[in-house]
Amino acid sequence: MYATMSERPAGKAMTRPRVSVRPGSRGVAESTKPDLRRVFELQGVGVTYSGVAAVREVSMDIYENEVTALIGPSGCGKSTLIRCLNRMNDLVADCEVVGKLHYQGEDLYGPNVDPVQVRKLIGMVFQKPNPFPKSIRDNVAFGPKMIGQEGDLDEVVERALRGAALWDEVKDRLDKSAFGLSGGQQQRLCIARCIAVEPEVILMDEPCSALDPISTGRIEDLMLELKEHYSIVIVTHNMQQAARVSDRTAFLMVEQSPDERASWGRVVEYDLTGKIFTNPADQRTEDYVSGKVG
Amino acid sequence: MRPGDPRTARAEVALASARGVGTEIFSSQPRADVIRAAAFSVALYAALALAVLGLAVLVLDNLIEGAPRLNPALLTNGTSSLPANAGLRSALIGTLWIIGFVIVLIVPLGVGAAVFLEEYAGSRSRVARLIELNVQNLAAVPSIIYGLLGLAFIARAPLNLGFVVLTASLTLALLVLPVVILVAREALRAVPGSVREGSLALGATKWQTIRHQVLPAAVPGIATGVILAISRAIGETAPLVPLGAATFVTFDPNGPFSRYTALPLQIFDWVKQPQAEFQTLAAAAIIVMLGLLLAMNSVAIWLRNRYERSW
Ligand SMILES: Nc1ncnc2c1ncn2[C@@H]1O[C@H](COP(=O)(O)OP(=O)(O)O)[C@@H](O)[C@H]1O
Ligand SMILES: [Mg+2]
Repeated sequence: MYATMSERPAGKAMTRPRVSVRPGSRGVAESTKPDLRRVFELQGVGVTYSGVAAVREVSMDIYENEVTALIGPSGCGKSTLIRCLNRMNDLVADCEVVGKLHYQGEDLYGPNVDPVQVRKLIGMVFQKPNPFPKSIRDNVAFGPKMIGQEGDLDEVVERALRGAALWDEVKDRLDKSAFGLSGGQQQRLCIARCIAVEPEVILMDEPCSALDPISTGRIEDLMLELKEHYSIVIVTHNMQQAARVSDRTAFLMVEQSPDERASWGRVVEYDLTGKIFTNPADQRTEDYVSGKVG
Repeated sequence: MRPGDPRTARAEVALASARGVGTEIFSSQPRADVIRAAAFSVALYAALALAVLGLAVLVLDNLIEGAPRLNPALLTNGTSSLPANAGLRSALIGTLWIIGFVIVLIVPLGVGAAVFLEEYAGSRSRVARLIELNVQNLAAVPSIIYGLLGLAFIARAPLNLGFVVLTASLTLALLVLPVVILVAREALRAVPGSVREGSLALGATKWQTIRHQVLPAAVPGIATGVILAISRAIGETAPLVPLGAATFVTFDPNGPFSRYTALPLQIFDWVKQPQAEFQTLAAAAIIVMLGLLLAMNSVAIWLRNRYERSW
């Protein structure tokens, strides 16, 4: 087994100076700070479903302790791309991933890499809150139990729920069904469940698209807190959300083959969020973020 | 204008409001719709009433006829050629032994097969499709065929168990297994994919996901299937006939290798007797058997609710 997939790198830096770029702040120069650590390196990544390309030629680096947003119109392959990062696509029959996809320098699709080990380090939160049909406590304790985490489970549950800003709302009903929670609370429970297994990266595929604005705001706040300890990749179709929470943004779009017989998603532009939203290099990005298309 | 034409509906609304039916703002429901809805619900109630009525007549008829013999002695008396002394004890014990082993056999086999077909085989696997086809066809085979199969392969060589409880259990288990597999597969399929994804995304293995998420969520459905299957096994008479279920046993079956009789066969035997007293006895026994089935189904419902509430 490879070192990074089986054991945690010791002394993960949590106090690294942040690259903080808010829209309008024009902090482009900060991006050249040398101590940014790459968690993912993608080079020429493509995904096919039954031989049909859904995403092609994606090359981008994703950095530690940042929020990286993937935006773009529906069907451009955002979910497909994010699901490559923790090998959820392995579950889809006939889905194939090509290209170089490294996690902390190690090939994520290497022959000796077990997808189960991958998912222990790289967690995922889905579009629709999907709590297990169990109590709130069991939802959070499930992951730690399965991976054989040691220590007091009650403590783990409390820590995870506090981490997801849900503890105060549920501490008196831990043994009640998770289905009794509101949609926003369910999604925060899913986040708690995810951080309970202490991953290094959290992937979120449109985590707020089923939620009201207040719940969405809570989860956005939470993301800003979580990135102190985790690297976050988020898919969103809400551009304001990308602008509010992310450090970097990749804009994806559907591209057609010259004969117009086939089409696939592709990253048009990837840069600091501030730049993407205020001064994009590509006209198509400009059109999309300014609301002219999409 | 034809019925169903939107213009028809609009015209009816207009007519109704012209007649002053309904309030000022909300016109009344078009008349045809009201009649159709009423006719439909009447038909549904009629169907329900017919079903319930049939059952009620059956139960009442037997209750009235069997009333004189519905007493504890019916359950505690053993077999006897004298109607006054005859009771169900041996048959009840036989049925309990048989069903006990049926449960032990069908739960792991049925659930295991369902998990394999649903979770591991994949919809395109040839083997899986072949098994599936067989399972579906087996569910439609007449039960006497299973009796003959049990006679040929279980009672005689190669298993050579003889005419004992275990032979009956094995045969009845084979008979109801397809039902258990089909129902368990349905129950597994009903567990949403998002639950599996959520579990796998946490780093749980496939087996952990099945064992701790999918199966528990499917328990109410599987339990229902198992209990339905057992109810069927309790009531089956035909396959036990070639398996040498004695209708006249003077002892209580006491284990898997004991000779036996079972409830439905005992009833069948009594019904065949010329004496009227035996007819009364048979009616009372039918009530006992119905009661047993009812109790089992209640347990199924109770189990189901309990599991649902603990979520
Ligand atoms: N499981 C799948 N099987 C086949 N095609 C798929 C599957 N999932 C997604 N696709 C296709 O891949 C393309 C990208 O989809 P997706 O990644 O879901 O886009 P997005 O998340 O950006 O809306 C779409 O054309 C979609 O039809
Ligand atoms: Mg999507």
